[in-house]
Amino acid sequence: MSAATIFGLCAAVIVGLGLYGLIVNPQPLRKIVAFNLLGSGVFLLFGVVARKGAAAGFGGDPVPQAMVITGVVVAFSATALAVGLLLRLFAAGGLATLEPDAPTRAGTEHADS
Amino acid sequence: MKFMLDIVTVTAISAGAFFFLAGTVGLLRFPDTLTRLHALTKADNLGLGLVVLGLLPHAGSLRGGFKLVCVWLLALLAGATVSQLIARSALASEGSGSFTVDGPQP
Amino acid sequence: MTIASALEMALAAVVLGMAIWTVVARDSFAAVVGFVAYGLLLALVWVRLDAVDVALVEAAISGGLGGVLLLGAAARTAAAESRPPAEHPAVRAAAALLAAAVAAALAAAVLLLPDPAPTLAPAAAANAASTGLGNPVTNVLMAFRAMDTLLEKVVLLLALVGLWSLARDRFWGGHPGPRHRADPHGTLAFLARLLPPIGVVVGVYVLWAGANHPGGAFQGGTILAAMWLLALMAGLTDTPAISSRRLRLVLVAGPSVFLAVGLGGLCFGAAFLAYPAAYAKPLIVGIEIAMTLTIAATLGLLLVGAPERSAE
Repeated sequence: MSAATIFGLCAAVIVGLGLYGLIVNPQPLRKIVAFNLLGSGVFLLFGVVARKGAAAGFGGDPVPQAMVITGVVVAFSATALAVGLLLRLFAAGGLATLEPDAPTRAGTEHADS
Repeated sequence: MKFMLDIVTVTAISAGAFFFLAGTVGLLRFPDTLTRLHALTKADNLGLGLVVLGLLPHAGSLRGGFKLVCVWLLALLAGATVSQLIARSALASEGSGSFTVDGPQP
Repeated sequence: MTIASALEMALAAVVLGMAIWTVVARDSFAAVVGFVAYGLLLALVWVRLDAVDVALVEAAISGGLGGVLLLGAAARTAAAESRPPAEHPAVRAAAALLAAAVAAALAAAVLLLPDPAPTLAPAAAANAASTGLGNPVTNVLMAFRAMDTLLEKVVLLLALVGLWSLARDRFWGGHPGPRHRADPHGTLAFLARLLPPIGVVVGVYVLWAGANHPGGAFQGGTILAAMWLLALMAGLTDTPAISSRRLRLVLVAGPSVFLAVGLGGLCFGAAFLAYPAAYAKPLIVGIEIAMTLTIAATLGLLLVGAPERSAE
């Protein structure tokens, strides 16, 4: 069992766990964390493909590795935006939930955008 | 000579691993935050220091060895500061009790 | 079964354990702490997969900055941790089935990967002489797939603008985040005075070493951003107002230099983003320096959030 196979199977399970967490967890912050888990599993699969492409004296194919670096940075910026939205939701309504009929704080700033 | 260096490496890293184990057992078994922090610093300072000591013979060059020691020093700095901050925050939120030289008073 | 295989299986098992904890933990804060530990262990996995650059990025951005971001959010929304009702058992069962199916399909794909695998490594090695850089990943990022990196810089800026747009109208143009006040003689202020000089040297070194060793602009920029955030959190400095012209210049410096070099390649060279062979290395290093400043500023600002105080 080479390193690539072990971590490839590990990555497949992580993707499944992230997907499960994304669907099942009701709180938005937990959904964001599960989404990050899902993303890191996908990046790990890229890494496995890169490792299998080791040739020409390199330990791994550098192109998927560069794509993963780009992907991690973009995923972080998406997470930052999602967390910003969550905090704004919390500041505006007092509750950090996606329930449509959740009670909001009385006297919240509706006029103040 | 190389055999002696390998012996040093294996001994030091095993000792470091033992301290990490001790720190983890302390983290799991001690009753409150301050004692757990105390256990963790053993893992940080002694455990990491012994592991770095064991890796020094294999560092390859003086510069590599210096970098390893710098890693240990940075981990010490960060660990000590964060332990202080966590301990103060734990004290502040413990609330009713007070801590004196003789230990926690009810 | 070699020792290396046994250790890798142990590492994979621990990583899976942390991932499970992250999904099933009851408390949000505990789940986020588990996620941070998971990210740091994942960096070890990346090293085992011979991708040290990616390991650095994973530890710094996903584990470090991502951890700070999510921990801050968990702490700020902790007051609203109402126990919303868990999903209906049928939904949970269906989700578990779907997740298991996806995981099984991916596992089958991993086991059926062709061996020897198709790879671009020989092409990357053959063209490495055109830039003179020794790190193949930096070659790919800055020369062979430079367009991706340029567009990624723009995506970072878009995310930042999107985050700023969440500010209340009266705070537009103001300072992001709360004003932190720490005891100026306390431990945090001490650390924030001692660590940033060391951190800046390490960040610049990681940027410079990225030409021939694992490292690069992203990793170096993240370390610089972390040092800035440390000084911010200790109250030693305040966030700049987002209407500040200097800040905006720093933010667009990276993409602008990149775009300028690209257009120069169009005018004087073969194609957009083509580097003339004699000047390839200085151009790439120049772009990387501008990129590092922009990345440091953008990542730091993404973390402090939308403006919450008006500019005085």
